[in-house]
Amino acid sequence: MIRVQQDDFDIAAEIGRIKAGRSDIGAIVTFTGTVRDQAGAVTEMMLEHYPGMTERELQRIEAEAQSRWPLQACLIVHRYGVLQPGDNIVLVITASEHRDAAFDAARFLMDYLKTTAPFWKRETGSAGSHWVEAEANDTDAVARWKKHAAE
Amino acid sequence: MRLLYFAWVKEKTGIAAEDVELPDSVTTVGDLIGWLKTRGPEFAHAFERSEVIRAAIDHSHARHDAWIKDAREIAFFPPVTGG
Repeated sequence: MIRVQQDDFDIAAEIGRIKAGRSDIGAIVTFTGTVRDQAGAVTEMMLEHYPGMTERELQRIEAEAQSRWPLQACLIVHRYGVLQPGDNIVLVITASEHRDAAFDAARFLMDYLKTTAPFWKRETGSAGSHWVEAEANDTDAVARWKKHAAE
Repeated sequence: MRLLYFAWVKEKTGIAAEDVELPDSVTTVGDLIGWLKTRGPEFAHAFERSEVIRAAIDHSHARHDAWIKDAREIAFFPPVTGG
């Protein structure tokens, strides 16, 4: 399941929903991305996205993870709008019978999300505002998964 | 055809969305970028480093050599920075 929203998310409540009414899950991994203040340099972050394409990309990434690992549940929640240092940005939860699938799928989802989901961060701080530049190591992380698939 | 701009591409063009009629000679994303550059200083500035601009055709990532013939909506944006 995927959600794109302005509001914050409640990690414990999301895990509770995933576990509700079932006892076949053996491993649950959560990843939360948050806004860093970068030693006081960032006072605000604005996240813009492309409504329509964002949902489609997140669904595509989720389907890819489901096809690679035996997941019992998979959730991606990504926020947009104006955020403050310390605020949550993104939540990924994966559940499986054994931990390897949940760990690997969570990392895969984050690596892909960072290079294909149409979000853009604009940071504001003492030095003014600027659009965050994409990082080459994010692209390298995705290349690693492609290599894995080929092996 | 509907065109959308995001992040600093939107700031530089000064608009978020528009509807355009394209000349027949514009058949690929790359052609479209070349045509957009001729539409004034804002567009020339926005698409100056065209190699870093990403595009999507009807909500799917597209390369600059992708055909745009049947596209309804084309978006231009910088490399994504979510997560």
